Amino acid sequence: MVDSDLRNTQPIVLETKNLTKVFGGLTAVNAFDSHVHKGEICSLIGPNGAGKTTVFNAVTGIYTPEKGHIIFNGSYITGHKPHHIVAAGIARTFQNIRLFPNMTCLENIMAGQHCRISSGLWGAVLRSSRQKQEEQETRNVAESRIRQIRLWDYRHELAKNIAYGSQRMLEIARALATNPTLLVLDEPSSGLNPKETEDLMEFLTGLINEEDITILLIEHDMNVVMGISDWVIVMDEGKKIAEGRPEQIYHNLRVIEAYLGSDDG
Amino acid sequence: MIEETKRMGMERFFGSYQSLFFITMTLFIIYPFMVSDYYIDVAFFFGIYALLGLSLNIVLGEVGLFDLGHAGFYAIGAYTTAILNTKFGVPILILLPVSALAAALFAYLVCSPIIHLRGDYLCIVTIGMGEIVRIALINNPFDLTGGPNGVYGIDFPSLGGPFVIDSSIEYYFLIWLVVALSIYGLIRLQHSHIGRAWNYIREDEVAAGASGVDVRHYKLLAFVLGAALAGVAGNIYASKLMCVSPESFSFWESCLMFCIVLIGGMGSIPGVLIGAAFISLFPEIFRPFAMYRMLIFGTVMILMMMFRPGGAWPRKRSGIEFTSFLTRKDRRRDG
Repeated sequence: MVDSDLRNTQPIVLETKNLTKVFGGLTAVNAFDSHVHKGEICSLIGPNGAGKTTVFNAVTGIYTPEKGHIIFNGSYITGHKPHHIVAAGIARTFQNIRLFPNMTCLENIMAGQHCRISSGLWGAVLRSSRQKQEEQETRNVAESRIRQIRLWDYRHELAKNIAYGSQRMLEIARALATNPTLLVLDEPSSGLNPKETEDLMEFLTGLINEEDITILLIEHDMNVVMGISDWVIVMDEGKKIAEGRPEQIYHNLRVIEAYLGSDDG
Repeated sequence: MIEETKRMGMERFFGSYQSLFFITMTLFIIYPFMVSDYYIDVAFFFGIYALLGLSLNIVLGEVGLFDLGHAGFYAIGAYTTAILNTKFGVPILILLPVSALAAALFAYLVCSPIIHLRGDYLCIVTIGMGEIVRIALINNPFDLTGGPNGVYGIDFPSLGGPFVIDSSIEYYFLIWLVVALSIYGLIRLQHSHIGRAWNYIREDEVAAGASGVDVRHYKLLAFVLGAALAGVAGNIYASKLMCVSPESFSFWESCLMFCIVLIGGMGSIPGVLIGAAFISLFPEIFRPFAMYRMLIFGTVMILMMMFRPGGAWPRKRSGIEFTSFLTRKDRRRDG
């Protein structure tokens, strides 16, 4: 866990400057500034429709923002293609799980290593030694990740056939298989039962402690937000309305207003 | 005791995919020596449809892109061969890779601007592309394609030397050699990062992109490779018939290729062979009932979609597959 004073000593991994995304007449994200520091778990919270997922989609290259910049590890990645951003070191999961349903769990995780493969068509057809080596490496990474999420016994099972909670973990493992420096999770605990949520929190804190990784997550479950976050950013109507350590946010009036409405509302 | 071991050995032999493979291979090799030329030609056209099915299977089966204009690529390959052979006398076997390249280049140019379209939108555009190719051929541009009559007098396949493929049996071996090589290459692709990338895109395009797959690149690669194989099929077809005309590359031909992939099972190579067998042998078997052929064909298609929507031989995904002995990957450590 990073103290707020310690936070400033850590380098910035991800920064958004004046980020703006417009859909037709609706400004989904409006001049959004944020910093995510190395080695922390940063939560992005806010009521439905606040623009959290839009920020995620802009950061991971699915949307191109109208204005503003996204800076990752010191370089501008605004408007880059998703696969470039993955190769640069940002991996994500989706709010409604997006796996490859008719492929095995192992194949799903192997997708993550795809951006690390450099051999091409002829390498694949002729089975060059480099291709073989990369294939083995892909397999090794996928196998170690599937052990990590304790789904080894299901590795040859189709992804659509495993339990919902396991599918969530599988998606996280697929993201981890890209060897990311920043892991972006969109509501990882939604649809999980209390026990599974508990396990997820343990998994994420374990990840932060053991690997050189930073986590940015959208979350609605306040137990998760308050339990594992080092830093919380609150959004409402496309704007940042507050940020701080979880206990500061917990007592912030504007945040409470955003969630519950103000007295004169 | 010995009897029993022997029997178990036999069972294992006939039960395994290896044996199925070798029995099929043997049958294929002895088949043309046992039947008349007519049946060899039937098997030749089975081979052509197998090759076309394999080529569309890359685009439709592996990547899930609805391509109903595949006959366009087939036509480009056939006409490249026909024109370069009749006008410039280039030997057919040299034109084999040339036709593949021409079709691939055409696919690259035409598909680059439309590759981002999804599902039925792409389908409509590819129908248009196939039709434009056919109509362009009818209009006889630069006096090259011979209009509705097509191009006549295409040579037998040769490299220019004394070795010439001019009998049904030699054509049979030519097409099936090409099919076998294609299958070998495609199985290797299926089991590589490229095959997986194609399948990721088919399963979920957004998730594939977010996992690091260059969606546009792999879609284009599928179109280019599919077109190249269709171009090869066009080359062999043109030299077999010795003439090409636009009516051989109609929308109906694209539909037949689509049916081959759907009947067999999307992304399944054995499935494509079953589908191609069905499409090419069906009209021969039902020749006496020629009037009701389409009726039966339609009924079979409807019944297929109702009772086996995954196709006749859908690709199985597990640790060990039918194809694994070719790729020597089944001896993986397990556990």
